[in-house]
Amino acid sequence: MPIDILMPQVAPSMTEGNIIRWTKKPGEAVKKGEVLLEIETDKALVEVEAQHDGVLGKIVVPEGSNGVKVDSLIALLAVNGENPAALAAAGSAPKPPAATPAAKSIPAGATAAPAASATVAPTREGRIFASPLARRIAKDLNVDLARVAGSGPNGRVLKADVEAAQRSAPVAGAAYGPAWEEIPHSSVRRVIAQRLTEAKRNIPHFYLTVDCDVDALLAARRQINEVIEGVKLSVNDFVIKAAALTLRKFPAVNASWAENAIRRYRDVDIAVAVAAPSGLITPIVRGADQKSLGRISAEMKELSARAKESRLRPEEFQGGGFSISNLGMYGIREFSAIINPPQACILAVGAAEQRPVVRDGALAVATMMTCTLSVDHRAVDGALGAEFLAAFKKVIEAPIAMLV
Amino acid sequence: MTESFDLVVIGGGPGGYVAAIRAAQLGMRTAVVEREHLGGICLNWGCIPTKALLRSAEVLHLMHDAAAFGLSASNVGFDLAAVVKRSRAIAAQLQAGVKHLLKKNKVSVYEGLGRLGGKGKVAVSRDGKPVADLAAQHIILATGARPRVLPGLEPDGKQVWTYKEAMIPAAMPKSLLVVGSGAIGVEFASFYRTLGAEVTIVELLDRVLPVEDAEVSAAAKKSFERQGMKILTSATVKALKKDAGGVTATVATASGEQSVRVERVILAVGITPNTENLGLEGTGVKLERGHVVVDAWLRTGEPGVYAIGDITGAPWLAHKASHEGVLCVEKIAGLAHVAPLDPRRIPGCTYCQPQVASIGLSEEKAKQLGHSVRVGRFPLVGNGKAIALGDTEGFVKTVFDAKTGELLGAHMIGPEVTEMIQGYAVAKTLETTEAELMHTVFPHPTISEAMHEAVLDAYGRVIHY
Repeated sequence: MPIDILMPQVAPSMTEGNIIRWTKKPGEAVKKGEVLLEIETDKALVEVEAQHDGVLGKIVVPEGSNGVKVDSLIALLAVNGENPAALAAAGSAPKPPAATPAAKSIPAGATAAPAASATVAPTREGRIFASPLARRIAKDLNVDLARVAGSGPNGRVLKADVEAAQRSAPVAGAAYGPAWEEIPHSSVRRVIAQRLTEAKRNIPHFYLTVDCDVDALLAARRQINEVIEGVKLSVNDFVIKAAALTLRKFPAVNASWAENAIRRYRDVDIAVAVAAPSGLITPIVRGADQKSLGRISAEMKELSARAKESRLRPEEFQGGGFSISNLGMYGIREFSAIINPPQACILAVGAAEQRPVVRDGALAVATMMTCTLSVDHRAVDGALGAEFLAAFKKVIEAPIAMLV
Repeated sequence: MTESFDLVVIGGGPGGYVAAIRAAQLGMRTAVVEREHLGGICLNWGCIPTKALLRSAEVLHLMHDAAAFGLSASNVGFDLAAVVKRSRAIAAQLQAGVKHLLKKNKVSVYEGLGRLGGKGKVAVSRDGKPVADLAAQHIILATGARPRVLPGLEPDGKQVWTYKEAMIPAAMPKSLLVVGSGAIGVEFASFYRTLGAEVTIVELLDRVLPVEDAEVSAAAKKSFERQGMKILTSATVKALKKDAGGVTATVATASGEQSVRVERVILAVGITPNTENLGLEGTGVKLERGHVVVDAWLRTGEPGVYAIGDITGAPWLAHKASHEGVLCVEKIAGLAHVAPLDPRRIPGCTYCQPQVASIGLSEEKAKQLGHSVRVGRFPLVGNGKAIALGDTEGFVKTVFDAKTGELLGAHMIGPEVTEMIQGYAVAKTLETTEAELMHTVFPHPTISEAMHEAVLDAYGRVIHY
């Protein structure tokens, strides 16, 4: 039975979305956890993973479609060796809208040729609907019910589905134990791997590095933290604010490369990399150019705390126009980061450390922080990137500018 | 002038009219072509009027038995004409009901003979004259079936009856030969026996109600014989010799030929699908042993032409036809969740005395198919409600797959079992195992408790026996 792929609800408030891109073509094999398509909500671009292994049979709603209702049929996934070509031809007819069952929507007559029946298997998260008999047989046969496409009402797994899944399952069991332990991919791990591989492979990166003198910044930080009760700004809070202010001046950097156009984001939303136990995640400080340092600091504390508990809502980590990754706290002097698609730039921030510097022809000691901007050359040219980074350096080195 | 529809259904029986109503609900412009009477055989000359007759017989039986209940009834008897009249009135009432339902759902009804008249066309004629030409993208054939006639055993409507004459007897026959012990045969046998006729049943196979579980067949035979019927199994009627006084049947049995002298004969030896005069010649519609060949979605070999109900084959049951009609139409409309009909989930009911009801595999069939089985039985003598009703004849039998706990089949004989079998039908459709059936609370006191006990018995946990 093919599986109906329905428009997912990626945020609680989402009722419809736009299909930006299908990352798979009909006939292409799809693995559970692989990104199948990108959808855009009013808040974010979200990649949608396949919930089942199979072959993409038919795309019902093509990319570029806007206002696609949540839970409407968008594609069919052939599973268990079904012929996806037959699916593309026979396919299940789109469900006629209940309110207006127009007679015209009745599909043309078909012959007695056996055709794939279209039965729904909604993405299964949480409770799995299965008949008691299917559950018992699945247990006996050691079949994972979550991986079985249900052919019953609302995707309920029936006996026949479990038996079909068992028939198509590969023979398991290795004769000798491997010399390693396998940690199955979490969906976060898959997303990281898939997105960053894609970014590194597809985006022509170039890197610009600048050293910033942060003595003034550290002094300002110390003063603020001493004077204002309850406020404890980090260096990174200043970096976020400085990047935000600079982005406001350079809208061409707050952008992403898309198929037919470069998108310039209206808001300055900055994604900040946070190391969570499950893997890298990038909560977003929205409208960071409009927010005070104190506000940014408070938001970041709250977002990273929840990120570490995996309690972020999708709209809190999806989207953003620019990213910052700071490994300074680990003593990293400098590094270059992989761009977080579809954004055009990511700023890699190293440690603030005392270094010998030459000032007016004499050696001196200053606290320096090295920042490297990774740039998507398709969207941002070298000179523009350099201008941006120079402007950023200026703000960082004159932190008083951030307070107005 | 040609009228255009999304769907035209040829035949207004329980398959056709239900399909039409469902189609109308789904927004299709729908028409039904019916040559005789809406509701088909089921409602006019089958299921319903026979139930009316059998109800009269049941009440009569209870009246005869009044003393057992501490009641007195004298001059117990019946007025055959009134019994028949009641049955016909009920059929007429329901036929009007179907007409109303179709009207309410804005289904157009054409009276006449419908036949395919080219691609996407149905020609309607009455008395050989064309009355309408219909065009439709989808056409459902639902023309049903009629009694099968065996050579040498042709009905004449006077002494040798089919179901139709048997349903409207002008006078009570003193003696009766019923040829065939399927549902139709034994129901008429029960009716006429209860009203006092000497009844002989001839069955070709080695047991009565041969589609039922062997234990049910055996119990039915025993009961029929105790009621005074004569049962000849593994027997065939070789010839019927009619004369003014009655009919002499020559019956070949394992122990040789014997002649049976009766006033009337009822033929109930199966059905023949109504596939003639449908314009199937030259279309992609294929027949196999007279039945239209369809796939799981009731599609014939001709694009846009579908067939449901009796013309597609066994089981020849009204509820099978209705269910097929609905699923055929829903598939046409492209609804999600449409599932093909699993024949093992179609219950069967026979309204003889005692009643018989079953679903799924018999014990024998289950074993043939390679299941190792667990079988449970519960006799109604252990059921309080049945004792209170004064009707403890019968039992409930369950057949489970020993490995998975799947309810493979259930077989019941006894009072009101036809009303109870749906419990097991729901269980089968939901794919319950014995565990859920055991967890289900059956109300006390009901005969249905025997259904629970029969499940418990299969697992050695029966309480009341």
